[in-house]
Amino acid sequence: MKNKTLKNIFIALVFIFLFLPIIILVIYSFNTSKMNIIFEGFTFEWYKTMLTNTDLLEAFANTLIIAITSTIASTIIGTIGAVGLYKYNFPFKGLINKLIYIPIVIPEIVLGISLLSIYTLMKLELGMPTLILSHIAFSIPFVIVSVRSNLSPLITTYEEAAQDLGANPLNTFFKVTLPAIMPGVISGATLSFTLSLDDVVISYFTAGPGSNTLPLKIYSMIKTGITPDVNALSTIMLLVTTAIITVSAIYQSRNIAEGGKS
Amino acid sequence: MKSNNKVFKYIFLSPVVIYSIILILLPLIYILFLSFCKSDSYGGVIYNFTLSNYLTIINTTYIKILLKSSLIGILTTFICICISYPFALILREKKEEVRNLMTKLVMIPFLTNSLIRTYGWIVLLRKNGVINNTLLGTNIITKPLELMYNNFGIIIGMTYTLLPFMILPVCSAVFKIDNNIIEAARDLGAKPLQIFKNIIIPETISGVFNGSLMVFMPAIGYFFISDILGGGKVMIIGNLIKNQFLTARNWPLGSAISIFLIIVTFLLVRVYQKTGGKLDDLGGM
Repeated sequence: MKNKTLKNIFIALVFIFLFLPIIILVIYSFNTSKMNIIFEGFTFEWYKTMLTNTDLLEAFANTLIIAITSTIASTIIGTIGAVGLYKYNFPFKGLINKLIYIPIVIPEIVLGISLLSIYTLMKLELGMPTLILSHIAFSIPFVIVSVRSNLSPLITTYEEAAQDLGANPLNTFFKVTLPAIMPGVISGATLSFTLSLDDVVISYFTAGPGSNTLPLKIYSMIKTGITPDVNALSTIMLLVTTAIITVSAIYQSRNIAEGGKS
Repeated sequence: MKSNNKVFKYIFLSPVVIYSIILILLPLIYILFLSFCKSDSYGGVIYNFTLSNYLTIINTTYIKILLKSSLIGILTTFICICISYPFALILREKKEEVRNLMTKLVMIPFLTNSLIRTYGWIVLLRKNGVINNTLLGTNIITKPLELMYNNFGIIIGMTYTLLPFMILPVCSAVFKIDNNIIEAARDLGAKPLQIFKNIIIPETISGVFNGSLMVFMPAIGYFFISDILGGGKVMIIGNLIKNQFLTARNWPLGSAISIFLIIVTFLLVRVYQKTGGKLDDLGGM
């Protein structure tokens, strides 16, 4: 019995460790004191200040634009890429199949500086376009891996059946393949969206002087001093990401439940 | 029909092929090329073949930073393993719903911005931060502890940021172990330590390598954590590369250090594959 209590305490400690910094930020976003040292009283003031902080809001808007655009692009490229790599054979397929794992395993900083170097070589000016391109670059492999886990010989059989019955490849893809791999597409998209929102390292190297993302803005603020409205914005972002994850998880569990029934 | 299929083959394959060549292969080849070039004193690159960048890494203080950073990475990985094994083994005894909920909960913090979370640690760890204030207020300590701007702060920050990457693969490996094997061992009189050594470790080794890869590599590269919690006093390989590219503007030297990181990564991936790990399981959730 005592053993069991000890075990539960251990689990609780791990969760305290994981959630403590987040809880602290949420609490301090309602703190009347500006200094984040002692909790003095409850206020919504920082949420109001946040709405007038144009720098912060602009960085947040940039972050959202980058996350949404890069998620859409990487989900499309990753999904059809995963299907293509599964279905077709071509020269150097082995090489391509190895290359797509590189962004997953190499340290982000290496990807960041190599993209920076190649943009400089191509004389691309750093800014929003290079940021979006870089986010697409590191997201695609995660989408491919996620979609690939949903592809099976069974789907190929269905596709062949559809084509034998006269469906053209386009119809086959949208009516047979895509519905079958949808859970993988959704979880790939969710993953690339959250990766993009979170990214510090790759953005650090590929953002131009004019373009700022929220993580980069916070990074520079940490050095000069963080204002409590950052806590407020962090709290809102925390709610948004948690909501996205929950919706995606519900969608998937419902999908699994339906799959089990049929 | 046949030619139609061929068109579709191009539609499906060309984006991913173009992507992997232009945004993965080409940049890496260019970095490799740069690492054999010379830099001029104005931050430019002279296209002359030289090994001097690699010699600089081996000969100077850089090797010390490389070793120290690796040590921080190994320590972080080790702490993550020490937390993940008991965590997974305890959850293993729980009901499936509890287990699923707990593993989902582990993911929530790591889906929020890592800089914001690192900032949360400043609020906790600094001299007049939450931890020191609590300990001072309850008279447990009389002088504030130095919890950040040192190696301790970095290791806390790295462990915190990267722990989920270890917990998830270790959990999924531990949950897969067949209960009957453990029962059988127990019936035959195996002690808990023996069960751990002879059954659990061999069955979960590829999960641990998966986690180690996803923890160790960022732990030597995440310059922002050592910047923030190390206060600029402690350099890891990530800071070194960042400085060469953005401050010192010696791209060839920065490239050479990056090539070193790429080689380490490939070696670790090889080891992971040798233990039976699949590439598709890496970095997944």
